Amino acid sequence: MSIQVENLSKYYGDAKAVSDISFEVHSGEILGFLGPNGAGKTTTMRIITCYLSATAGSIKVEGHDIQTNSIAVRKLVGYLPEQNPLYHDMNVLEYLEYTAQLQGVAKPSIPRRMKEMVEACGLGEMKHKDIGQLSKGYRQRVGLAAAMIHDPKVLILDEPTSGLDPNQIVEIRSLIRELGKQKTVILSTHILPEVQATCNRVVIINRGKIVADGPIADLQRSLHGGEKIILEIESPAPQSFEAVSIYVKSIPAIENVSLLEEKDGIKRLVVETSGASDIRKEIFQLCVQKGWNLLELHRTQTSLEDIFRQLTSDVVK
Amino acid sequence: MNFQNIKNIYLKELRSFFNSPVAYIIIVVYLTILGWFFVSNLFLNNMSTLRTVFEMTPFLLLFFAPAMTMRSISEEKKSGTLELLFTKPIKEYEIVTGKFLAAWALYFFTLMPTLIYYITVATIGSLDTGAVIGGYLGLMLVGAVFLAISIFGSALTENQVVAFIVSLFIVFALFMLDKILFYLPTTLAVIFEYVSIDYHFSNIARGVIDSRDIIYYLSTIGFALYLATSVLQRRRWA
Repeated sequence: MSIQVENLSKYYGDAKAVSDISFEVHSGEILGFLGPNGAGKTTTMRIITCYLSATAGSIKVEGHDIQTNSIAVRKLVGYLPEQNPLYHDMNVLEYLEYTAQLQGVAKPSIPRRMKEMVEACGLGEMKHKDIGQLSKGYRQRVGLAAAMIHDPKVLILDEPTSGLDPNQIVEIRSLIRELGKQKTVILSTHILPEVQATCNRVVIINRGKIVADGPIADLQRSLHGGEKIILEIESPAPQSFEAVSIYVKSIPAIENVSLLEEKDGIKRLVVETSGASDIRKEIFQLCVQKGWNLLELHRTQTSLEDIFRQLTSDVVK
Repeated sequence: MNFQNIKNIYLKELRSFFNSPVAYIIIVVYLTILGWFFVSNLFLNNMSTLRTVFEMTPFLLLFFAPAMTMRSISEEKKSGTLELLFTKPIKEYEIVTGKFLAAWALYFFTLMPTLIYYITVATIGSLDTGAVIGGYLGLMLVGAVFLAISIFGSALTENQVVAFIVSLFIVFALFMLDKILFYLPTTLAVIFEYVSIDYHFSNIARGVIDSRDIIYYLSTIGFALYLATSVLQRRRWA
């Protein structure tokens, strides 16, 4: 067990930021930490990294308690804060050296680590530039390089790909996936495809409480009863959506039909089913029977977006 | 206590002083003002003494100490880099001590060129070297008190201007305490006199090194740095 969070609560005065959450992260696991803005992601990460103190609860990182053995925890953890603060008057190499020194990297191995990090994060051309002159994407890489300079067992990344261009995002994600093989990684984000692309497991947090915890596939399975089918048809004779939907609904197990778009007599429909049975055959036969041209027919899984919205859109309660 | 941590912070701070115009502006402005006061009176008084240096420097320091350290912690608060420091295996008091020592070193470099005055006066007249050594020791101690208080001021806020004004207010009050003794009842006057920075300085500047004065300076420095550390520790519970 690499990170163990037990009954963690944090209040800012009277305001509750995190209330009684518990989860575990195993080594070699990349955990996606999801939640809407203000859900308590950053607060939780700041407590794990010893920046803030918890109001109640305990956290162990690699067996060290963050209260009683905070210095040992900080040696094990590499942290990239949300705003990625950096010293703008230092150049990249100076900054990496300073971070390595503060992290207590043995002096003889500092140059080697710096070189490795510059390479891993693609900072070769920028290494002599002042950080203040770098673009946001490069600053993000500097932040990542600094977080990993002491080869930490645990990496905590608060929105690591914000401000990067699509190419860089792909690079950073694959870097994180690579790292995740030997390390424990927690990364927070609200970019959902990112979680799907990088994480083994997600914890979704909303208003300071954990609302879902598990591998993405499990969450998808547990949350949707039926499935959605996307259907695109063209009817030779003009026909209203209502008429079509009555025919489609005559197939058993169909719960709802809605129109996505209609253009030049082509209708794109979403068909929601209740059961687990495959009804694509019935739909195809219906089309043949009615003389519609079937242009598209496929199943979609409940996406992470749907899960996320389902679990976190209780705001108006 | 981890001296390596203090040294890392110290070196980084010192480098950022000299990488920015701050250090040079402070040194040049201090030497210009002091030089003008020193030279304009030197031949008029016709006395071989460095009194101007020892009298003017604490006064100039009232402004220079808060100016030197106003960025020290408040800037890191504002830019968020304090979060980086606090998540490294380093303790708050190590950060504060490192920053204090760097500011003190900058002050030392600012004071160094005034040794030219010593050499000049010593060659054209007879100078009491003991008093000069005492004076410089006193200046270093007064400077340390002002800087420690200003570091505390800088820890209070993320706004540099507020840090400057708060620090200026505290050091000014401590400096001026023994100028109002005249208006106070005797019992209070004794306390105020002891707390006043200038009272202890005038002892040392005469060349009298009394352990009570040294203890006063060291405890004030320690107390100010302790307060700064406590302020930094408090954010964990915010």
